[in-house]
Amino acid sequence: MAHLEPLVRLRHVEKSFGDTTVLKGIDLDVLPGEVLCLIGASGSGKSTLLRCINHLERPDRGRVYVGDHLIGYEERADGRLHELSRRRINEQRTEIGMVFQHFNLFPHMTVLENVIEAPMRVRRVSRGVATATAHDLLSRVGMNHKADAYPKQLSGGQQQRVAIARGLAMRPRLMLFDEPTSALDPELVGEVLDVMRGLAESGMTMIVVTHEMGFAREVASKVAFMADGRIVEYGTPAEVLGNPQQDRTRSFLSKVL
Amino acid sequence: MTAVTSRPAEADIIVPRPRRGRWVGIAVVILIAAGVVSSFVTNPNYQWGVVGEYLFDPRILSGLGNTLLLTAIGMVLALVLGLVLAVMRLSASGLLSGAAGFYVWFFRGTPVLVQLILWYNLAILIPEFSIGIPFGPTLWSVDTNAVITPWTAAILGLSLNEAAYLAEIIRSGITSVDRGQSEAADALAISRGTAFRRIILPQALRVIVPPTANETIGLLKYSSVVSVIALPELLYSGQLIYARTYETIPVLIVVCIWYLVVVTILTVLEHALERRLGVGFQASASATRPRRWSRWLISNR
Repeated sequence: MAHLEPLVRLRHVEKSFGDTTVLKGIDLDVLPGEVLCLIGASGSGKSTLLRCINHLERPDRGRVYVGDHLIGYEERADGRLHELSRRRINEQRTEIGMVFQHFNLFPHMTVLENVIEAPMRVRRVSRGVATATAHDLLSRVGMNHKADAYPKQLSGGQQQRVAIARGLAMRPRLMLFDEPTSALDPELVGEVLDVMRGLAESGMTMIVVTHEMGFAREVASKVAFMADGRIVEYGTPAEVLGNPQQDRTRSFLSKVL
Repeated sequence: MTAVTSRPAEADIIVPRPRRGRWVGIAVVILIAAGVVSSFVTNPNYQWGVVGEYLFDPRILSGLGNTLLLTAIGMVLALVLGLVLAVMRLSASGLLSGAAGFYVWFFRGTPVLVQLILWYNLAILIPEFSIGIPFGPTLWSVDTNAVITPWTAAILGLSLNEAAYLAEIIRSGITSVDRGQSEAADALAISRGTAFRRIILPQALRVIVPPTANETIGLLKYSSVVSVIALPELLYSGQLIYARTYETIPVLIVVCIWYLVVVTILTVLEHALERRLGVGFQASASATRPRRWSRWLISNR
């Protein structure tokens, strides 16, 4: 098999909030087309790690690369990392789509307007082209029949599918999912996971913070178990979920499975 | 104990409890309303004929025009300044947020009437108004008395005072928008300015508009305090008339009629604006059914 350069590289990423250290030196590679599931108890740092990848959180130390870009910083002649301007960070973010636990759709815009907003305002795509692309994406997540509805008129599962289409509208190389099904009623989880499974099969590189062990087992290429700001165990789903080596992983899995 | 009947449950007839208290209330209100109407019609001191004479008097209409102009300019300036103050108040910098806080504290904490008189007499405090480097050279200066007319004093007083109130209203509107909204905009690479204009502000306006409409109505009415610095707005124009003719009550009725007309128009505009901004915020469009007046009388829900 050909040697693949990782799309995402994290090198010794650290992050503290006040006196609490949330990430204690994370190293991680994600290959193109891989689906990485981040699992672990709440407070273990999974979401913070995910949010460092598109600079929604500013790491205190370490480097995050997506493709060739050092996210959020540039190394200057003085050998230090200087934070980039908001404009440059936004250029980097166009390659990274994100889906939130609480959807965060724009409530005053229709489904279609939600999806075309960023392509039109950021990429300066014409309304016609953006709309055509949006209809394609909405069909892909099974929501095109609701293009003119407002988010409040949709179920949670439908809103999250629209949020996925919105994240895809910028044609990202990487999709981040922050507990995408945690805010959903149990009967609505399946439809969102189905869309994500389809996306994974189409070859999208995905990092998914999740509590859905079934999804991790079936869809993930790699699973990372986090505890106390560290990656405690990392491997294929069969390794991490099927035959965990660490006590902490075993104890966590015995509670959630 | 429940009584056992042979009648099947689907044949039951349900009688709601009579609302006796509500009928008493209705009777009292009708009585008072009848009393007020009868006074309007039978008491000659209202001098309705005089009211009719002055309703479209050019002096009254010019006063009305001044009131509208004062309210409009005052409100626009106050909105701009209020927005700046609200953004300052939300700034991470202690100095910026503290300065805005001080402004609000001062202008909200002193009566607008006092502020107006102070502005009008600014020349006593600062005889010459100049622009330059503090403690350094002066670049430009002007005699304060030439700048402060009743109009500039009125506009300064009303808008600076109103800005303090609007700053708080705008700030609470902006903070009412969920943080997830600006995070989503960030993740979509939307710039801060665009996100504020397209995503945060339209949602904040839902919270900002109703109290701001209230403030506009308030400003319209308390702009009448500028009569103390002899600016002929609606009330002062009326006062100038009845000071000569002693037709105090009918002229004041004319003034009230015009205030009510403008406030009614503003209220209609406000409702239209609220409906527009409410788009997307209700799960389903609830159609309001037309009601028979007999139903409205006792149950308007």
